[in-house]
Amino acid sequence: MGDRALGADRAVEAVFREEHGRLLASLVRRFGDLDLAEEAASEAIEAALVHWPERGVPERPGAWLLTTARRRAVDRLRRDRAYAARLGVLRAEAERAEPAPPADAGTGTGADLPDDRLRLFFTCAHPALPDEVRGALVLRCLAGLTTPEVARAYLVPTATVAQRIVRAKKKISQARVPFRVPGPDELPERLPGVLQVLYSLFTEGYAASSGPDLQRPELAGEAIRLTRILRRLLPAQREVTGLLALMLLVHARREARTGPGGEMVMLAEQDRGRWDRAMIDEGLALVPAALTGGPPGPYGVQAAVAALHDEAPDLATTDWPQIAALYDVLLGLDPSPVVALNRAVAVAMRDGPAAGLALLDALVDGRPGPPDGGSGDRADGRRLRAYHPFHAARADLLERLGRREEAARSYRRALELAGTAAERTRLRRVLDALEAPPRPDGARAHRSGGTDVRPVGADGPGGP
Amino acid sequence: MKYMLLINAGAVDGSGAAAGCDVREWMAYDEEVRDAGVLVSGESLADLVTATTVRVGEDGRRSVVDGPFAETREVLGGFYVIDVPDLDAALDWAARCPGARGGGAVVVRPVADFGA
Repeated sequence: MGDRALGADRAVEAVFREEHGRLLASLVRRFGDLDLAEEAASEAIEAALVHWPERGVPERPGAWLLTTARRRAVDRLRRDRAYAARLGVLRAEAERAEPAPPADAGTGTGADLPDDRLRLFFTCAHPALPDEVRGALVLRCLAGLTTPEVARAYLVPTATVAQRIVRAKKKISQARVPFRVPGPDELPERLPGVLQVLYSLFTEGYAASSGPDLQRPELAGEAIRLTRILRRLLPAQREVTGLLALMLLVHARREARTGPGGEMVMLAEQDRGRWDRAMIDEGLALVPAALTGGPPGPYGVQAAVAALHDEAPDLATTDWPQIAALYDVLLGLDPSPVVALNRAVAVAMRDGPAAGLALLDALVDGRPGPPDGGSGDRADGRRLRAYHPFHAARADLLERLGRREEAARSYRRALELAGTAAERTRLRRVLDALEAPPRPDGARAHRSGGTDVRPVGADGPGGP
Repeated sequence: MKYMLLINAGAVDGSGAAAGCDVREWMAYDEEVRDAGVLVSGESLADLVTATTVRVGEDGRRSVVDGPFAETREVLGGFYVIDVPDLDAALDWAARCPGARGGGAVVVRPVADFGA
């Protein structure tokens, strides 16, 4: 393949990644059928792969793709009259609801094409669809990933993802899950579901639930890209801004979170010089907008916590009192056991390991927690007991209190429960150091604050 | 597009009546569904204790038994069939149904369309 053809290929790929969601959303709105839209979109991409290397990339590639895809879809409808009859009603309804774009849209700039991606976000993340398929649909339809790529993202077999997507599309089509943006009265109810899907993608990239790698930065990066799009489409929704800020402020630490052997490096030991300052600055600039103009939401508060970590030169000078106070607020908004765990860690940093340990033990005791909102629910306690960061945090506090044997037991429990090799490697190293005979001079590596504060969100998959 | 709303009552008292559902609320809901012009059909079922189950075995013999006895506390108490544009509209009607409250649930199922 010549250089020109290769260049065109790359251009097609770049355009495809950028335009796929918009293209698909526009076709779905026009034809009311996800399958037809996907076929037409991929035919347009194929046509681009044939024509662009010969004739060059058109000036407005997005518009070219849309025009081509529309023609392909209409051809397909003409060939299949029964299909056309079934879709006729839907199309008529859709066009009544919204005037068709001007006929010359095909020659307009990408920017003046109507952006239907917001509808597609709400369809893919519709609460009528099963949890495990919403993220897959968002990656497939809005990020333009192929089914095998989606399967790799979730570390499940391609056939499984393909089957889930087929089933979901069948439900969207047969139960008629609408392609629409919820009205202002419904938005507060529906937006959290969309944010949850994006946050799940991000946390799976930040802390993979299984597999060899601790982080999958490309997946987290994709979640950020999609959240940026959502924020452009819903600029006034503060929680969208809060989520984007949270993701940027956490993702900025990605390079420092793994050591040379791929092992996990805790916040205390991270080389803060390797944090992505540009990304931190971008995240910090968003936090005020996420927190002002009304009561804060859970993502905005978590972004504020992440901002305090990112601004601190080291662990000791981190503003732990303010972080603990923010976790109090968060616990009120999202009383989940993971939030309670992170709050206990922050309290330990503020008031000492004994105070933190008391809070942690209260969480799994089944006793009512402290009146300011510690969770003492028995089921929550059971979930925390099966959650390795709980045992790792407890072990760290015990070690800091000099209770080495109990600390070793907790580290071993964490080791049994940890899902990734990177986390097991780190825990093994800490456990070995703990069990090694003390050096003759009595010195031990100072390792206080080894508990890593994970991002937690409303029911994030990072939770137990 | 037709959807069936299957109304599963939550807690049921000794006589099979669902708790926490005021008759007036049901009448008001019924009227809303009719006035909106979305009602296709709807019935409220008699007490569960009056249900009888029929099965026909492989040998063609039929068996008739009392029941079913609900294994959970949720009991199918009635249904509506409504005709609305999409699932969101059907879910809105289901959410307004008194049967969705007080521990009850409304299951929304699209009615199959064989292209008649």
